[in-house]
Amino acid sequence: MTGNIFYFLAFLTLFAAIGVVASKNPVYSVLFMILTFFALTGQYILLNAQFVAAVNFIVYMGAIMVLFLFVIMFLNMREDTEQHKPLMSKIAAAISGGILLVIMVAALKDVDAGGYNAENFNSQIGLVEHLGQVLFRDYLLPFELASVLFLAAMAGAVMLGKREPGEQNRF
Amino acid sequence: MNEIPEVIRTIPLNYYLYFSTALFVIGIIGVLTRRNAIIIFMCIELMLNSVNLLLTAFSAYRSDPNGQIFVFFIMAVAAAEVAVGLAIIVMIYRNLRSTDVNILNRLKW
Amino acid sequence: MQELTIATNTDMMWVCLLIPLLPLIGFLINGLGFRRIPKGLASVVGCAAVIGSFVLSLYLFLSFEEQGNRAYVTPLFDWIYVVALSIPFSFQIDQLSLIMLLLVTGVGSVIHIYSAGYMSHDEGFGKFFAFLNLFVFSMLLLVMGSNYVMMFIGWEGVGLCSYLLIGFWNKVTPYNNAAKKAFIMNRIGDLGFLLGIFLIFITFGSVSYGEVFNQASQNLSDVSHGTIVAITLLLFVGAMGKSAQIPLFTWLPDAMAGPTPVSALIHAATMVTAGIYMVIRSNVLYTLAPETLEVVAIIGLATALFAATIGLFQNDIKKVLAYSTVSQLGYMFLALGVMAYSSSLFHVLTHAFFKALLFLGAGSVIHAMSGEQDMRRMGGLKKVLPITFLTFLIGTLAISGIPPFAGFFSKDELLAHVFQHSKIMWAFGLLTSFMTAFYMFRLLYLTFYGNFRGTEEQRHHLHESPASMTIPLIILAILSTIGGFMGLPEVFSENHMLANYLSPIYDFSRRAVPSAFETQHLSHEMEYILMAVSVAVAVIAIILAYVIYGKKRTVPAEDGEYSGLHKLVYNKYYIDELYNGLFVKPVMGLSTGLYRFVEKGIIDPIVNGFGHGVLGGGRWLRFLQSGAVGSYMLLMVLGIALILLLNFII
Repeated sequence: MTGNIFYFLAFLTLFAAIGVVASKNPVYSVLFMILTFFALTGQYILLNAQFVAAVNFIVYMGAIMVLFLFVIMFLNMREDTEQHKPLMSKIAAAISGGILLVIMVAALKDVDAGGYNAENFNSQIGLVEHLGQVLFRDYLLPFELASVLFLAAMAGAVMLGKREPGEQNRF
Repeated sequence: MNEIPEVIRTIPLNYYLYFSTALFVIGIIGVLTRRNAIIIFMCIELMLNSVNLLLTAFSAYRSDPNGQIFVFFIMAVAAAEVAVGLAIIVMIYRNLRSTDVNILNRLKW
Repeated sequence: MQELTIATNTDMMWVCLLIPLLPLIGFLINGLGFRRIPKGLASVVGCAAVIGSFVLSLYLFLSFEEQGNRAYVTPLFDWIYVVALSIPFSFQIDQLSLIMLLLVTGVGSVIHIYSAGYMSHDEGFGKFFAFLNLFVFSMLLLVMGSNYVMMFIGWEGVGLCSYLLIGFWNKVTPYNNAAKKAFIMNRIGDLGFLLGIFLIFITFGSVSYGEVFNQASQNLSDVSHGTIVAITLLLFVGAMGKSAQIPLFTWLPDAMAGPTPVSALIHAATMVTAGIYMVIRSNVLYTLAPETLEVVAIIGLATALFAATIGLFQNDIKKVLAYSTVSQLGYMFLALGVMAYSSSLFHVLTHAFFKALLFLGAGSVIHAMSGEQDMRRMGGLKKVLPITFLTFLIGTLAISGIPPFAGFFSKDELLAHVFQHSKIMWAFGLLTSFMTAFYMFRLLYLTFYGNFRGTEEQRHHLHESPASMTIPLIILAILSTIGGFMGLPEVFSENHMLANYLSPIYDFSRRAVPSAFETQHLSHEMEYILMAVSVAVAVIAIILAYVIYGKKRTVPAEDGEYSGLHKLVYNKYYIDELYNGLFVKPVMGLSTGLYRFVEKGIIDPIVNGFGHGVLGGGRWLRFLQSGAVGSYMLLMVLGIALILLLNFII
């Protein structure tokens, strides 16, 4: 049963990802992107990684994608806004991407990724309680530094978005 | 409570590898084919997510929390990156009235 | 048997070290401080360094006698130490090196003092003293070293100083060419010397004098006679270059381009005698190779005769002296060739005195004549330059072999040894002696007698040189007068001081070839006859010179008015032109050809081709930098795919 859910979610993810790339309208792209993240969240839940699933759901689907959507609507982008690349270069891009896919799959085919170890398997590691202990015990410094990073990013975004004193309001 | 999730028992880890690779390559093709900076940005997010999925999968299969901690940090950095990146794109649009990456070709001889 | 002991007395070691060190310090002070040190200080430093060395050498000489005349070696440090090769940096003090030490530092001091006056108007004053000090340092290393490699350092060092000082006035192209000529000719000789040293090392497994000579004199069975001949011939090639023997003699007359004190110190008194020192030092090897000795004698005699004939018709005062030097050096080699080592060194000493005197006197004349060197423009200087004239006269008498001046004793002893060896050689030697007396008195009459033939301006400027120049002249004149008494011939005195003193350094030779040193004294009557003949020859030459140049007041014709044999001799037998055609032109042609075809045709296009290729490649490749980010990413992805593919395949 869960195996089928995995295949379904994987298919949904890839379909939505292709939709992101292929949609002419940026708004559709963002919506497909949200679908992708939704499917990925499902994958995380299947893997019993509840914390990551929650964060993905809230941060990615909630905050980041809303930000994207907001910017796209803010810039008033439509289908005709984007000039498309010539067909040749699209084909070239698709071929080179395809080559990369083939090569990587071929390379990974023989990889023994290793399976799970039934004896000392711990299904609880993906839970908030367990991860929180690891995060605040082993990764306290990076965690705190992440807050500094956010502060810097926030300040940077504000600085960039601010109008220069003499700048005209062009739109 | 220590029950092994069914997906781990039924799906081999290699499938996650193929799946992530496919997602990653779709992201790459998107970056290569599109000209809109925002779409390119979203494709980069796709690639990041494929890596996130792989890290989580390995972490869950091996009962090692470090992978998921790493995913958490990647998400934090991605959030910061999106904030700054979108601000830059807005800035460019304000000056050039376009987000077409081909206009930004000043980096040449 | 003279045993070499290792000196343990640290005081002695310090003295030995300081002797060459003082001139080196002087060189460093003057060389590094050139243009910053005032002239007065530069001359004081330069002179003090050499005089200090002289005093220390004197002390060493006296203490050597006190300690019973035992030769010793003062090891300073291990210099080159490879598996089988061990070359210590050490000084060997024995009778030969002491005599040479005294000669180099003594004559060197006198000439340094003279230079302080002679060069006082020159802007390169400090540089001059630095080079002179460096020369003295190298020369001391040459004579004090206890092995062939150290001698070689000194040998090269003096060659370098010679080059620097010949081209001292380096703004004049011909002077620079003369310097180059000297350097290159010396280099040819040095190659022979170096090969000789290598052969010595291969044969004897050592380059230390003591060891080499000991082996050479004892186990003859190991070393073939041919090897010894080869070694001695190669070493003699080195001596040929340094001491200006046929065929490598043409550099010495050209070397007169340098300042006169340099001609006196380097190209008359000390450096050119390095070849003779080297042969005397290696006397064991030479005694073992009679064939080489014969070669040495013949080349020496030929050089003596050849240079003397050229000297007959030269009009440049310094050129005459230069050819005279070459001729006298030939004499010394002639003496070496007949195994009269001590007589040769005796002549080195007396020659150093009177030739330095003559050069310095000539320098004084040139100084008075405001740089004029042509004797046809001189004349009648006797009254204006009384001290110079008197001292010059003494020098001329000494070189002509008139008793009781120094040259008489050394030349007479030398010729007596040659007489014992071969009558024909003696006759040629006598002929040379005749020519020497003739051209020296020709020089004297042309310069100091008759009427003044220079310009009015020069006449006004005529003056006796300052005391710093005349005092050295007087000192050298005294030495030229009494110097001969250190080697009185047997008829006058039982005790030949110099020969007795030097006797221990031939111990090895004596052991190797006892028969060669059996004294075969000439009868006293014979000695008297020989003396009388040589004096008579000199007197006839003087009278002849007097008749031609003193009484008739003949002045040599201007250039271009000569014909026949006279022209041939005046132009130095066209030896320079011959060498030019034979060696210089082909080498130049070869280099020009190589330059034109190999350099311009092959090497340059390759080198430039790389440059143009990179430049052109860059010009075209930069269009790849389209600035379009999309194409960069496409290429990047392709690159990643390629890397993974390679990784996958390999």
